[in-house]
Parts: sequence; C-alpha cells; structure tokens
Amino acid sequence: MNARTSSQITPKSGSSVQAPTDTSRRGFLKAGAVLTALTVGGKALAGSGADGAAKLSEGRMGVLVDLTRCVGCRRCEWACNDANNNPHGKLEECDDQSVFATLRRPRTDQFCVVNATRNPLADPSPADPPIFTKIQCMHCEYPPCVSACLVGAMQKSPDGPVTYDASKCIGCRYCMIACPFERLTYEYDRRFTPRVRKCELCLHRTREGKLPACVEICPVEALQYGRREDLLRIAHERIAAHPDRYVDRVYGETEGGGTSWLYLSARPFEQLVDLGLPRLPDKSPAERTERIQHAIFKGAAGPLAIAAILTTLHFLTRKGGHA
Amino acid sequence: MSASISIPILAHPTLAAPDSRRRYFTPGMLVVTAIAAIGAAAWLFRMLFGLGAATNLTDAYPWGIWIGIDVATGVALAAGGFTTAFLAHILHRERYHPLVRPALLTAMLGYTFVALGVATDLGRFWAMWHVMLPPFWQPNSVLFEVAICVMCYLSVLYIEFLPVACERFIGRVHLPGRLAALNQPVDRALRFADKTLGRFMTIFIMLGIMLSCMHQSSLGTLMVITHGKLDALWHTPALPLLFLLSAFAVGYPMVIFESIIAHRSFGLPGERDLLAELGRFIPFTLGLYLAVKLADLALRDQLPRLLVADYDTRMLTIEVLFGVVVPILIFSSRRLRAQTRWQFLGAALVVLGVAFNRLNVFLFAYSPLERGAIYRPSVSEIAVTLGAIALTVMIYRAIALNLPVIEQLHDDHAHHAPRAHDDVHLTVLAAVPAQTIARPITPTVPAAETPALAGVKE
Repeated sequence: MNARTSSQITPKSGSSVQAPTDTSRRGFLKAGAVLTALTVGGKALAGSGADGAAKLSEGRMGVLVDLTRCVGCRRCEWACNDANNNPHGKLEECDDQSVFATLRRPRTDQFCVVNATRNPLADPSPADPPIFTKIQCMHCEYPPCVSACLVGAMQKSPDGPVTYDASKCIGCRYCMIACPFERLTYEYDRRFTPRVRKCELCLHRTREGKLPACVEICPVEALQYGRREDLLRIAHERIAAHPDRYVDRVYGETEGGGTSWLYLSARPFEQLVDLGLPRLPDKSPAERTERIQHAIFKGAAGPLAIAAILTTLHFLTRKGGHA
Repeated sequence: MSASISIPILAHPTLAAPDSRRRYFTPGMLVVTAIAAIGAAAWLFRMLFGLGAATNLTDAYPWGIWIGIDVATGVALAAGGFTTAFLAHILHRERYHPLVRPALLTAMLGYTFVALGVATDLGRFWAMWHVMLPPFWQPNSVLFEVAICVMCYLSVLYIEFLPVACERFIGRVHLPGRLAALNQPVDRALRFADKTLGRFMTIFIMLGIMLSCMHQSSLGTLMVITHGKLDALWHTPALPLLFLLSAFAVGYPMVIFESIIAHRSFGLPGERDLLAELGRFIPFTLGLYLAVKLADLALRDQLPRLLVADYDTRMLTIEVLFGVVVPILIFSSRRLRAQTRWQFLGAALVVLGVAFNRLNVFLFAYSPLERGAIYRPSVSEIAVTLGAIALTVMIYRAIALNLPVIEQLHDDHAHHAPRAHDDVHLTVLAAVPAQTIARPITPTVPAAETPALAGVKE
C-alpha cells in the first residue's frame, strides 16, 4: 500500500497504520504545549476585557419622569423627532389623542413614544384619568446591549448615555435580543446600511449645554434632567413629602441593575408593565451572562481543563488502542 | 501526454453496467439541485434588496430562522465531527475510523454554511471583517466568543480535512491547460502539507474538540441574557451546559443518520454493525443530558408547570419525549439498535429533537415584550434555509464521490480492478463518476480509455 496514505486522520487498513508511537507521543506533548500557549494567550485577552460594568462617573446624568404630572400632550415626541431629524408634522398635531388607542413602542423614525393605560377618547371621565408613560431607551447603568455587542458598537458613556456607533456595527442585532426593555429598533428597509436606532439622551444637545429636547419642551415639568444621584434624592424626597400621591418606589433605581431614566408613579408599577415598564430583577441580565462567561473563560480555566482532559485521555487510552 | 493503451477494463462489471446511483445526478439529486437553485435566487434577492424586503424580521423578532435553523441548529448538528474525532483519535477506538471522515465532511460543510448563514443575516455583512480585528473586540460579549471560536474551528476543520485531499491528489495533480505548469509545485505543496499535518494532526484534533466545547456551550449562553423574553422552561443559567451536553448527545445520532442515508443513496451495503456499536453510547450521552435538564427544571421549580398543558409545556414535552426519552429506549435495546430501520428512527428522533430544542430556545419559546408581535418566516427566508441544506447535500455528494471519504464507496473499486485513470482534471471532478477517481493499486498501470472519460486525455 502507499505509504503516503498514512494521514493520521484515517489510517485506512491495518497495513497502512504505521502507529508511529514516537511521533504520536511527540505530537501529544506538542499538543499540550500548543494548547497551553493558546489558552494563555486567550487568558490575556479575556483579562483585558475586565468586567462589563462600565466605569461610571459620579456625576452621570439621567432624567426623572414624574408620571403624576404627565398629561399626555406628546410634545416630547414632537421635540424628540425634531431634535433627531425624524419625520414629524406640526406641533399641534400632537394633540391628536387617537394614538393612545394602541400601545406603541419606539421605531426607527421615532425614538420616544407616550403610552396610556387606557384610551382617553373612549371614556373621557375625569374621575379615572389615564396614566401616561413616556418610554425610550432607558440608558441602563449596566447595559445588556453593550455587553452583547461583539464589536463595541454599543457603548456606555461614563456620563450616562448609551450610544451606538454605526461605523462599528456589523448588524447582528444581538443587542436587540439582549435589551430587557426591547427599546432598540432596526432599519430593516435600508438595503446595505441598516442602523440600530435609539434615543441617545440628546448627546448632541447636551454637549452644547442644552437640555434633552423632550425635557426642554415638557410644559408640566414631568421631565427633569440632572445628575442621576440628585434625581434619585429628589424622587425620594417627593415620595416622602407626598406619600399619598406616590407609590414608594422609584422605577429604574434598581430595575435591571438601574437605569438613567427614573420614574415616579401614583399607581403601582405592576400596572404599567404593558405600557413599557417591565418587571425586572435588581441585577442586569448582562451581569449573569458575563459571570457565566468569565467563570468559563477567565484564566482560560475551561479551555485548559478541556485540554488537560483530552491529553490525559489520549495518553491513557494509548496502550490498549492499537491493534 | 499520457499514453492511451487500452486494457480490457470494459469487461469489469461496475464499468460495463455502472450503478446509476453512483452517478452524481439521480432523480433525487435533481430535486435537491432545484431547491438549491431556488435558495440561491432568494439569497441573491436578500443580498440585493436587503433584510426588509427578504425577511419578516421585526424589532420584536430580530432573529428568525436564519439564526434559529441555519446557525443554532447547524452548529449543533455538526457536532458529529468532534464527537467522532474524540472517539477515534482521543480514545483510540480504531474501529470507528470509517465514521470519522464522513462526520468531518459534514462538520466542515455544516460550519461553512453556518458562516454563510450568519453573513446572510447580518445587516451590514460587508463589515463582517470587524470581528477579526482586535480594535473592535469586545470580550464581554458572548457572541464574540461564539464568533471567534466558530471562525477558528472552521479553519481547523479545513485543516483536518486536508489529508483527505492529499490522499486523493498526491501524484495525481493534473491541472488543465496552461495551469499544468503548476502541477509540480501543487504536488509538492500537497506532499509537504501531508507530511507536516500528519505530524501535528493530534494538536488540531484536540484544538477542534476544545473549540467545539467552547462555542457549543456559548451558543446556549447567548440566550441567557434574554430576560423576560425566553420562557422559564428554557431560560436557565444552565443553558450553556445543556447546549454542550445536547451537542455531545446529537453527535453520534447525526453520524448514524447520515451514514444510513449516504450508504443507501450510493447503493452501498452500509455499516449496520458498526452503527449498532456506536449506538450503545447514545443512551449514556442522552441520559446525561436528560438528567441535567430535569435536575435544572426541578431546581428552578419548573417541574410542576409541566402538569398544566399550555403552549410552552407542550413544546417542552414534545422535545423531551420524542427527542430524548424515546431514542434512549430505542438505543438501549440490543435488538432494536441492531436493525437499520430502528437505528435510523432513533437517530432521526435525536436529530429532530435537538433541532427542536434549538428552535424552542431561539424562536418558539421566545416571546417579545411587544404585545401581539408575531414572526412567520417569509418565503425568501424559508427558501434560503432549504437551499443551504440542499447545497450542503450537493457538495457532500460531490466530495463523497470524488474523495476518499466513505470507505465502502472507494474501497470496493480498489479491490475489484486496477484503477486505470490518473488523468482526471480537477475542474471536471464534480461531474466525473466515482469509478474514475479511486486510488490506483499500482501507479504504473497504464491509463485506459473509457467512454466515460472522454476529454480527460491530453
């Protein structure tokens, strides 16, 4: 038989199995060495990633939404569209309350929407006014979208906003799967250059010292922009001052590991789940995934363990194996 | 160039009456080719007109069947490659060698189409290369780990397969036309590769198993981040472990499934006894998976839910009962696992069961927060997915007919007659019947001229 058919992958028949014990043992040692080298290299890489929790600045910003003040005028939607070059009609068109008939979510051409607990047009009794809730990207403290993104297109700015960089994005949409609020939207209809679209906390305006557009336009001061720390203090002060008016909870203080957007409400937040304030654990979903991931890969523990098991088995079964 | 001295080879039964099933295009293959062609058209449509035009993906359902089937299921079903390599090369169970190459080929093609599936699904596919450049790397991302591992493993698979090509072509490189000048260098390169790879193959095999374990599990970790969207029956921190164990469990059934189909398709006797032996492992691998899955459900207090019949509990029951429990019973029976039809049924159930599990995790049990959002794959999405499977089958068949992958397909020629023809052009490989390319027993046998080989002579 041809000697050259002795590829190690499939020794064909008995005669062509050369069983070069020497070479194999050397191969086995080499395998161990190479795998170790690779995993140590991997360790350096995994180590450099540190933890997903971004280094946040003490003075990071956020927005406090007082749902007891919101009247559902939807001026914030208009201002948001205007500030982000999204299509919009005249300001007065916001007075159209028919949109409250359905629950909406942010879309590629509208980064924030206001939802209502019930259609105010269907039953305009003042005895039971609907609760309006403005929703948009929550700018998580420990954002799952940032953790999910494999090319770093999603970033958590130390100052608060979660930003998206289309020039890095490859369009896998894992960020959308990861978002616990389901706030990310995608330009499926752009053929070659679809982007993820979302609220960026009006970074382009705040950089110039302006307020986020929605905050600026709000006529009833339902929205307040400021340092998250301060907003939390204000929120708790308001609850303390009017315990009859608010439920004793600030949504976003801990939800999903905390968010930059904070909500005060008269009704239990459990009733606002459908409007866009889902019930979430105190820890970011990203924390759990990263813990699993780092437990397996930090220090290359998992891969090294596999390499060790394989080399051991390869060695142990060697004697009995050959014909 | 080559002398064309006729030898009485026409008297040989296989050449006188060539088995039609060993031709490339059988009626079945024509159907497969048609599906692949439709898929290619749909793929082109997506590439030219974008995701919005070609798919039914939405903000609520950013991932559809291209991720659920082509990627998640594709990776799982390619597990035969590393599980078989583990058995034959790490545990030195030499008798399983005939199963290694077909499994390796499936894995290689499977992962190639996983990569293509991902590329098709990416909104900005042209920016894919970002994943390969360290400045873009984001090591906290589970998807990053999956992407890097899959890319590395794909390369390893091609390296592992190279010896098969070397075996086929060393001493028989005959490039057409002017490229003939390259015959010598290519031949030398192949010899060099063969020699070098032979020495390092253990490393690549181990690396392949390591990479497989890493990304098979990480594929499960991917969906751990979906808080509140994936149903609690599947949403568990143990997902990576369950994905890994189910990948281990589906490896051998996939090998059995394919072996039976391939041998039947080529009209070969088949590997019944060997498959029965391999089948002995399945109750253990599947049993371990089942035990961990049930323990996980119990620990998370999800078992009582199974008493109530709703959409999700039904899906889980179907998945576990038909995909895990029934095959365990089939392969536990010495009598049943000795019969080809039961082998096939049991293996098919495991394959479908794991596929169903991946679909549950990525699609069926995933319910977005958006009320009333639904996802039904578009015609293009279905066409691309079916087309990818069809194309995999086509390439598998072309390679199986032309390279020494399936032992029975190539051994019998070697036994029957001196292999006459060396002069097969690389370019016509896919269309040339298998008989023409089996190894020569002695390189000195003169080239023969047969009608099937018109145009081969120079």
